[in-house]
Amino acid sequence: MAKSYNFKDKDMQLVIGWLLRLGVIISVAIVIIGGMIYLIRHGHATAGYTTFNGVPDFIYPPGIITGVLDFKARAIIQAGIILLIATPVLRVIFSAIGFFREKDHLYTAISLLVLLIIIGSMLSGYGG
Amino acid sequence: MSIITLTLIIFIGSCFAGLLGSLTGLGGGFVIIPMLTLILHIDIHYAIGASLVSVIATSSGAAAAYVKEGITNMRIGMFLEIATTVGAFAGAMLALHIQTHVIAVIFGLILAFSAVMSFLKKVETAFTEGSPAAKKLRLNGSYPNGDETIKYGVRNVGGGFLMMIFAGTISGLLGIGSGALKVIAMDTVMRIPFKVSTTTSNFMIGVTAAASAVIYLQRGYIDPGLSMPVVIGVLAGALIGSKILVHTQSSGWLRWVFTIVIALLAVQMIYNGITGKI
Repeated sequence: MAKSYNFKDKDMQLVIGWLLRLGVIISVAIVIIGGMIYLIRHGHATAGYTTFNGVPDFIYPPGIITGVLDFKARAIIQAGIILLIATPVLRVIFSAIGFFREKDHLYTAISLLVLLIIIGSMLSGYGG
Repeated sequence: MSIITLTLIIFIGSCFAGLLGSLTGLGGGFVIIPMLTLILHIDIHYAIGASLVSVIATSSGAAAAYVKEGITNMRIGMFLEIATTVGAFAGAMLALHIQTHVIAVIFGLILAFSAVMSFLKKVETAFTEGSPAAKKLRLNGSYPNGDETIKYGVRNVGGGFLMMIFAGTISGLLGIGSGALKVIAMDTVMRIPFKVSTTTSNFMIGVTAAASAVIYLQRGYIDPGLSMPVVIGVLAGALIGSKILVHTQSSGWLRWVFTIVIALLAVQMIYNGITGKI
């Protein structure tokens, strides 16, 4: 019993290790590509971050998808950033699946609870 | 200032921040936020947003390596993430409603505290037997150390959980990983061995930061143009830092230099916060 648990934990560790690594590599690559386009196109404009400029267009999926399709640099960077933020959230989903396959119901529930808290946090932003 | 100049300055500064963060073990956010606010006069909310994204990148990158080695305790991490994500949500909400100079003062205080903590000699007091609660939650574990496997038990689960809510709140409020607070919760309160607590803390930082990053993102505080050089720079700096760490044996004077830099940053943040300049 104990032995089979150990074996599956090892599998999960490998999968999660790869997931985190791939998530970071892919999202940072997208940010770098978007960043290059951004600097080539807008590099000589004046920067202004001293005061808050209001909410940009690229926050919700529809705006980002149209932005990326229009090849807008800021939308491409933002897509990379969102993928980066999604990486640890995906890790929680993978943990939930992993614990479920190990028949560890307590930790399946704990993983889902963490996921719910993050989703709640996400939804609270829509309300405000 | 043109965008290309500002981006280059932020990129170089972020490389330095990532390097410093990985060498001291404090994380990149501690240098990023003072740099963006004190030197470049960027709105502190933008600074926090950019820092959070860089925190997710560095902690996920490092966690990937640790998880595969089997040192990270995924159950402890998952369980305590309930506390850190609730805290992160509260912290991000708090950041949107309190005045920016209050955030600056709290930042300075936490920075000073973390710098002192990183310097104190710690004594490991791990147990082989865990408490009844730890047994119920299956938190006790083992980790590989050379050829042998070291078993450990976890104590004081409730206290550790409460401390993690606080660590999560600070992370969401200030846009840092608050690794120092997480390690205290696990080392000092729950008596988890150092190797396990540092790697598990790293494992949790990404999820904690993501829980507050979604709020900053929707409020427009994660700006793509600003976050881009910060994320790439911090990650590059952290990678260089991890290579240096492997090659040099604990260089005492280097740590002293860093601690002085960090103490100066802390004083500056508190001073500018009190005088209302941030």
